Amino acid sequence: MTAKQISVFLENKPGQLTEFARLLDHNGINMHALSVADAKDFGILRIIVDDSYKTACVLKDAGYVFSITKVLAIEIPDKPGSLVRVLDILSENGVNLEYTYAFTSKKEDSAYMIFKVADNEKAIEVLDKEGIKPVCQSEMSELFTR
Amino acid sequence: MPNYYQPEIECASHEQIRAWQDERLVKTVRHVYQNVPYYRNLMDKRGVTPDDIHSVDDLCKLPFLTKDDLRDAYPYGLLATPLQDCVRIQSTSGTTGRRVVAFYTQHDIDLWDDCCARAIMAAGGTKDDVVHVCYGYGLFTGGPGLNGGSHKVGSLTLPMSSGNTERQIQFMCDLGSTILCCTPSYAAYLGESIHERGLQDKIKLKAGIFGAEAWSEEMRQDIQQKLGIKAYDIYGLTEISGPGVSFECSEQRGMHVNEDHFIAEIIDPNTGEVLPDGEKGELVFTSITKEAFPLIRYRTRDICVLSREKCSCGRTHVRMSKPMGRSDDMLIVKGVNVFPSQIETVLLNKGYPANYQIVVSREHNSDKLEVLVEMTPEMFSDELSKVSAREDELVGALKAMLGIYAQVKLVAPKSIARSEGKAVRIIDKRKLY
Repeated sequence: MTAKQISVFLENKPGQLTEFARLLDHNGINMHALSVADAKDFGILRIIVDDSYKTACVLKDAGYVFSITKVLAIEIPDKPGSLVRVLDILSENGVNLEYTYAFTSKKEDSAYMIFKVADNEKAIEVLDKEGIKPVCQSEMSELFTR
Repeated sequence: MPNYYQPEIECASHEQIRAWQDERLVKTVRHVYQNVPYYRNLMDKRGVTPDDIHSVDDLCKLPFLTKDDLRDAYPYGLLATPLQDCVRIQSTSGTTGRRVVAFYTQHDIDLWDDCCARAIMAAGGTKDDVVHVCYGYGLFTGGPGLNGGSHKVGSLTLPMSSGNTERQIQFMCDLGSTILCCTPSYAAYLGESIHERGLQDKIKLKAGIFGAEAWSEEMRQDIQQKLGIKAYDIYGLTEISGPGVSFECSEQRGMHVNEDHFIAEIIDPNTGEVLPDGEKGELVFTSITKEAFPLIRYRTRDICVLSREKCSCGRTHVRMSKPMGRSDDMLIVKGVNVFPSQIETVLLNKGYPANYQIVVSREHNSDKLEVLVEMTPEMFSDELSKVSAREDELVGALKAMLGIYAQVKLVAPKSIARSEGKAVRIIDKRKLY
């Protein structure tokens, strides 16, 4: 019920992201979603890719420091108010968000939110009660094929 | 008219200085041999006894003492008098593993104060002056040393200690400070702050006595111009007493070593061989008047040159150049001694790899210490706050170890330059020497 996010340590200096993106390009890896959290001297790049196992191997060989994190990918209608509904469910049940970002897919009228929460099990449970089911990693690639 | 605190000593003939040194060295060697087992062992190992020491010429027969000896003997191992005769301790800025504690009897404090009084008078100080001491007070020798010297001169002493620039400037204006004692970088900072506030006309400073860190001739010019003063260098180390081991006169061409208290030698740091005057090498001191903590042939690790050229100030004591470097890897940052091994200890204790690099720079005349640490999977997290918290924890641990703030910069794995398989640990961007 979770998606695999790859989090990568990047120094905050010119060319770091270019180099990283080029590495994925050379290995034919496609990114579905990307976000960067930046501190003063470094950044944490968070990506959802089509092949997380291959990506992990490539990053390891290239000497990157990275981790694989289970996050929730939630499909919401691409219209005002739909994010509020999901956030309400989480907050009313005391689920705290560590960070979040969004992406879209080939599927029209839908948007996707990535949520990193302290307790995945609980979040899944409370969302399920409201009929919301997170997208799991195996379903991810289907979103990007017509 | 030159200003001396003890003219009969400061301007004594070479023969007279030599006679004092001969007599006091013999006495000191006997004193430590009888009272300090650590010295007796060192000398016995070397096959030398006090009976072999008749004059300064015999100094080279005696073994060297290093910071490692001081560490091994911590805390009381080199104490040469009963503890009850001591009235004070001071300590070096270095912490765990490298701490050096020095003991003083009242006699030792008096001599140290005399040395600082000579420095203050050489900078033009008299009983009419207001001596503004913003070296730190406490275990650090800077504050207590200049404070004592100022008392001896009879100047009005402002024991400001370090920090609180606003208050420093206010006192300086309100109480008419005439002689400033602090680190050169703080003097430069004060100069800038005074200009920013447009208070240069309210300042009555005429001289400054600056030490505890390396500073260049350019920095001297900068300080002199900003504060409208003459800037004098002062040298010392806790092991030998504190500031005032040597000091500059109005010639500003090297620092006169107080030779009636300390014998200076220059050696080849690799072979230990004594080098003639004028040659560059490691400075070694023997204290010959101290009771509680006399050190024989203590290797300072400072690289210097000694000069016996006649000085127009009238003082006859040998002059040492500003230190031109170190024969070990110690850095002096913001006046504080920093050893790369201390940083390594912190990193290893906190579970970080020992792949690090120390970058020291000087911005606006103030030292900046940066520690580059290679990121590892163990310390990485997808959450920024967790990585930042680890970074903060490391900053805290470094502060506790070093006593000064070091900025931590996390860098990519294997990004720290390695030469011949060995990491380049220190990058000192300051132009100090």
